[in-house]
Amino acid sequence: MHHLLPLLAAVPLLGAALLVIGGRHLPRPAAEAIGCLASATTAALAILLLLHSSPPFTEWVGGWFPMNGESVGIVVLGDGASLGMAALVSLLTLAALVYSWWYFDEPPRGHAGFYPALMLLFQGGMCGFAIAGDLFNMFVFFELMSVVAYALTGYRIDEAKAVQGGLTFGVVNSLGAYFMLMGIALLYARTGELALRKIGRGLDVAAGHHGPDALVLAGFVMVLTGLLVKAAAVPFQFWLPDAHAVAPTPVCMLLSGVMVELGVYGVWRVYGSVFSGPGGIPAADATRALVVLGVLTGAVGAVMCWYQRHIKRLLAFSTIGHTGLFLVGIGVLNAEGDDGTALYILGHAGVKAALFACAGILLDRYGSVDEFYLHGRARELRAVGVMFAVGALALAGLPPFGTGLGKAVSEEAVGGPLTVLYVLVSALTGAAVLRVAARVFLGLGPRPEEGQDQDRTTGSGEEPETRQRLKRVPTTMRAVPAVLLAGALAVGVVPGFADLVAHAVDEAGTWGVFSSVHWTVPGVLLDVLSTLLAVVVAAVAVTRPRPSAAPGWVQPLRRLQSGHLGDYVAWLLVGTAVLGALALPGVLGS
Amino acid sequence: MHVLPYLVAAYVFLAGCYGLATSRNLIHAVGCLAVCQSATYVLLLAVGYRERGTAPVFSDIKPGSRPVVDPVVQALTLTDIVVGATVTALLLALVMQISKRHGTVDPDELRELRG
Repeated sequence: MHHLLPLLAAVPLLGAALLVIGGRHLPRPAAEAIGCLASATTAALAILLLLHSSPPFTEWVGGWFPMNGESVGIVVLGDGASLGMAALVSLLTLAALVYSWWYFDEPPRGHAGFYPALMLLFQGGMCGFAIAGDLFNMFVFFELMSVVAYALTGYRIDEAKAVQGGLTFGVVNSLGAYFMLMGIALLYARTGELALRKIGRGLDVAAGHHGPDALVLAGFVMVLTGLLVKAAAVPFQFWLPDAHAVAPTPVCMLLSGVMVELGVYGVWRVYGSVFSGPGGIPAADATRALVVLGVLTGAVGAVMCWYQRHIKRLLAFSTIGHTGLFLVGIGVLNAEGDDGTALYILGHAGVKAALFACAGILLDRYGSVDEFYLHGRARELRAVGVMFAVGALALAGLPPFGTGLGKAVSEEAVGGPLTVLYVLVSALTGAAVLRVAARVFLGLGPRPEEGQDQDRTTGSGEEPETRQRLKRVPTTMRAVPAVLLAGALAVGVVPGFADLVAHAVDEAGTWGVFSSVHWTVPGVLLDVLSTLLAVVVAAVAVTRPRPSAAPGWVQPLRRLQSGHLGDYVAWLLVGTAVLGALALPGVLGS
Repeated sequence: MHVLPYLVAAYVFLAGCYGLATSRNLIHAVGCLAVCQSATYVLLLAVGYRERGTAPVFSDIKPGSRPVVDPVVQALTLTDIVVGATVTALLLALVMQISKRHGTVDPDELRELRG
């Protein structure tokens, strides 16, 4: 069974190769069917392996087994967490491919296979990253998924904004990746190993009784910089809204639904297997670094989300807010935090992808994703409106959605004042989406005034991505968000599923404890509280719209999102320095 | 072990970052990114260097007869170069398209995506 593991990355790559070679001669439906088939096969394979992954297995690719503990082969991990991520990636790719069935403009003759081929490459890169068992392969698959993501973001190459967003995304993420590679080189210099667990052991042996030194700290900071850029933690997050605002909608579903979360997963995996030993970074310092960045990310994401009128950017900032919560969840370094975050990521992937799918319908029907312009225009799209509102409530943590369960379990794990962060971030992001739903699909409240606010992206006058403006919304485009929402609901309600996830994550984790997760009364109450808060805030905003300009204290925050490449790079360097400063005390103390 | 190559790697990386942060031309910025990447090559090769080591090709030397430099980092460097070529090519293609659509390659004038 474990010999099938490398196929998770190989099948999509082979499918992509087939499409690139044969795509010239294939009609469009055939090319898209091959894309769906390859991603569905991978999804089935991932789920099959996931069901047999207890106890976890490792596979040495190509039969290069270690001899006397020394290895030159590539190791692939098949535990609950990695296979779960691979399954999530594959299912979401399949959903995005089905959603984009006949979606784009007629591609130039002979290029029918390019878009599905790129999506399959993206899937292969993400699956490979999820199951990689050594640091350098993590880097290679990280780069593979990044490069494909840049290309997909700039897919509509005739659009001025799309290429600009794609370039920013590309430069910032590549710089992050080179940071990561420098960190890998430093860790290799110390231990002579690349496999995750062996580096961890090597660091412990090299440190002896002294604890970590400056080199370990530098390796930690540099590797985490790369992963946190991908995870869009503050202050590495600037590329994300620009990329999401311009990427085609099916691509946004993948970017927000799972690629950003893979950054969080990478942090969890690398800290757990490499830096959690006595020679690594002490738990207190890792917690400080991750929780501080997580709180900042959650706060900035939620506030910026509230003051957006471009619907796709709004959803992108909501993703940043939730990433902050995920970082806090894994940052408290206990089994419950990991379980809650895993469930939250599953629920969030379904909900956020469904919301993007609905935004895509708006874009292709009305040629705009501007909340103000669309005010009351989408009344006839009742089903879409209902899905958008349900998605908003799920984002706010409405029980029994998977997001609510994940939030409740994480809240219990982090405890104390951090619970407030969970409630506020989910309430505010949910309220922003709910506000959009009320204005756009119901036409509630007065039409907001334009205001003298030049300093933001409005989202009006966007080009639809379909051949022409949709008269009728195709069944595939409506079915996919419905199925995704149902999936997010299933995460929370299917009996035993949450425990299964928790068991799989705990087995892959390093804490050696098995915890059981279920709905608790305080969890449900907090979820209901944040949902009510979201409804109230949204209702107030809709009925009493203030001038659209944000209050004074938000303006500096908004001005930071300047769209300027140099600023983003400078902030990335600041972030690396901050990360180093937050993790420094453990090195000084030893 | 000499400390100089490591200092060079750090200097080249920071020089590239400085260039990226202050660049007034996107082609120049992509070049700076390539400079940052060159720093990773320097670092990797410095890590694998062995005193009086030779190339790790065993066709004409007997295994174990003399030290060789670490072949793993050389493999990593080669992979890195391939990755870098892809990224640079893709980013330059995007810059070309930006120049066509916006009529400029000055990042100071590309401020459509704000707030």
